[in-house]
Amino acid sequence: MAATGYPIRRATTGEMGGLVLAAGCVLPLIIIAALTPDPAYAFHVSLAAVASLVAVFLIGNRCFSPAPSPAPQEIDGKPNYNMDPVKFATVAAMVWGIAGFTVGLIIALQLAFPDLNFDLPWTNFGRMRPLHTSAVIFAFGGNVLIGTSFYVVQRTSRARLAGDIAPWFVILGYNFFIVLAGTGYLLGITQGKEYAEPEWYADLWLTIVWVVYLLVFLATLAKRKEPHIYVANWFYLGFILTIAVLHIGNNLALPVSILSPKSYVIWSGVQDAMFQWWYGHNAVGFFLTAGFLAIMYYFVPKRAGRPVYSYRLSIIHFWALIFLYIWAGPHHLHYTALPDWAQTLGMTFSIMLWMPSWGGMINGLMTLSGAWDKLRTDPVLRMMVVSLAFYGMSTFEGPLMSIKAVNSLSHYTDWTIGHVHSGALGWVAYISFGAIYCLVPWLWNRRELYSLKLVNWHFWISTLGIVFYISAMWVSGIMQGLMWRAYTSLGFLEYSFIETVAAMKPYYVIRALGGGLFLTGALIMAFNLWMTVRHGTVDAPSDDHALQPQLVPAQ
Amino acid sequence: MDSTYHWLAGFAQSAGLLYFVGTFLAVCLYALWPSNRARFDEAAHTPLRED
Repeated sequence: MAATGYPIRRATTGEMGGLVLAAGCVLPLIIIAALTPDPAYAFHVSLAAVASLVAVFLIGNRCFSPAPSPAPQEIDGKPNYNMDPVKFATVAAMVWGIAGFTVGLIIALQLAFPDLNFDLPWTNFGRMRPLHTSAVIFAFGGNVLIGTSFYVVQRTSRARLAGDIAPWFVILGYNFFIVLAGTGYLLGITQGKEYAEPEWYADLWLTIVWVVYLLVFLATLAKRKEPHIYVANWFYLGFILTIAVLHIGNNLALPVSILSPKSYVIWSGVQDAMFQWWYGHNAVGFFLTAGFLAIMYYFVPKRAGRPVYSYRLSIIHFWALIFLYIWAGPHHLHYTALPDWAQTLGMTFSIMLWMPSWGGMINGLMTLSGAWDKLRTDPVLRMMVVSLAFYGMSTFEGPLMSIKAVNSLSHYTDWTIGHVHSGALGWVAYISFGAIYCLVPWLWNRRELYSLKLVNWHFWISTLGIVFYISAMWVSGIMQGLMWRAYTSLGFLEYSFIETVAAMKPYYVIRALGGGLFLTGALIMAFNLWMTVRHGTVDAPSDDHALQPQLVPAQ
Repeated sequence: MDSTYHWLAGFAQSAGLLYFVGTFLAVCLYALWPSNRARFDEAAHTPLRED
């Protein structure tokens, strides 16, 4: 690097503020780490102290860089897009994704072969399971969402991402939260709320990061050059805003002390359950649905080269989806202490959700009208179309399972696990893979992917894996539910619990096989992307991407 | 307890119903209003029109 030739420059106000804040955190964090009696908490606080020091270094180092700061908004009349945070998020998504799929495979094998728990506290199923769910939903999915939202909001607003340090704070701060959450589970730190396991200090940190994320997104929209806010941005905004509200509501808790990782949630009893599943189902509705629908509304038209089938339908889709989803949570609490009317309300809204869900699916699929032939030649587009098919399937299955009579059979069984994975693997992961396959050549200025053939292999291997997974779980879940409710002619339960477990074993093995295939597909993808970045043909300079000087490959 | 439930149920079944149906109708009117057509057709091409 030729940095030595450049004089050090004055820090901007933002850089100064960041330096002061980060530096100011170091000493208090060291004191807390020294005083706490809890070794796992001391480890986390020490990590935070190190992260603060790294932040001081990273911000300070910017003052030595030759690039002007703040970066110009436009170069030669074209927006000077800020794509480096998007690149980081894309790489992080792939790394976390493979880690999350691997842990998923391990716990699937643990269910089939319990010896794989190794009788160690850190590797038992109870700690590994939240590690898997958080790694795939929040680490993989979250990085895909933050990365693509920063990409899409810039391109569809024709404006540079707002803020200088703020976008980096969002990406790095979010990934630091992931590290706190994941290591916390393995060390036994959890508040025991599904999909909201991190304790109070990690929750507070995520709140700060998330509010900055919202502000960066809003400020970028505010300086847009386009008159209309494109529908994908509406979905991203709905996702960001609602997740903020849900996260804060569900995690209102009183810490025992600043020296303890333990806290007590302020809701109690059935109110706590209601809050938990209001949060939990909207993690599905707004994190795993609205955010990924935003990806669909940008990447499917872009890849197919066709405008959205019906923009008007997309508006109705958006408002109907967000107004209905927020009420569906109580269907997780059928036949519990929750009042009957609240259960029925949750069920009714879940059934109504079928309409906007399928409206959105049809809108996405029909976007291909006039471009259906591309499905034969473009496996990336095929992946996104199959993701929409899975979206339609799981949003049909979900309302069905929310009906009380069906739920009495399906609840607490593997059917739920199968349903979740048809949504998570088929819809969320496939639309993410599609988006990442599009993004990597765009971001790294490559003409095309290293190999479409490998994308094809990825597609077929992982599709086979998903089919193995969900069909095994359907059979196993329905069998489990039927065995639980089987009575003898004398009115006794026909099966003991352990008999149902033994009956499910073959399906657990099939499920693990499916997971193994899915992971194999993701490894093929990672190799393909690596080769695209390292050895892909650089895009012709006439293309718009060449106008972003910071995107020249740094070999 | 019982009266709270009745009050809440009454509120949800009247004001809540009107609020939801009204919002839905307003969204449909906005989305389908003929003079908005050109604007939305233009917006649909946003991802494809990039420089």
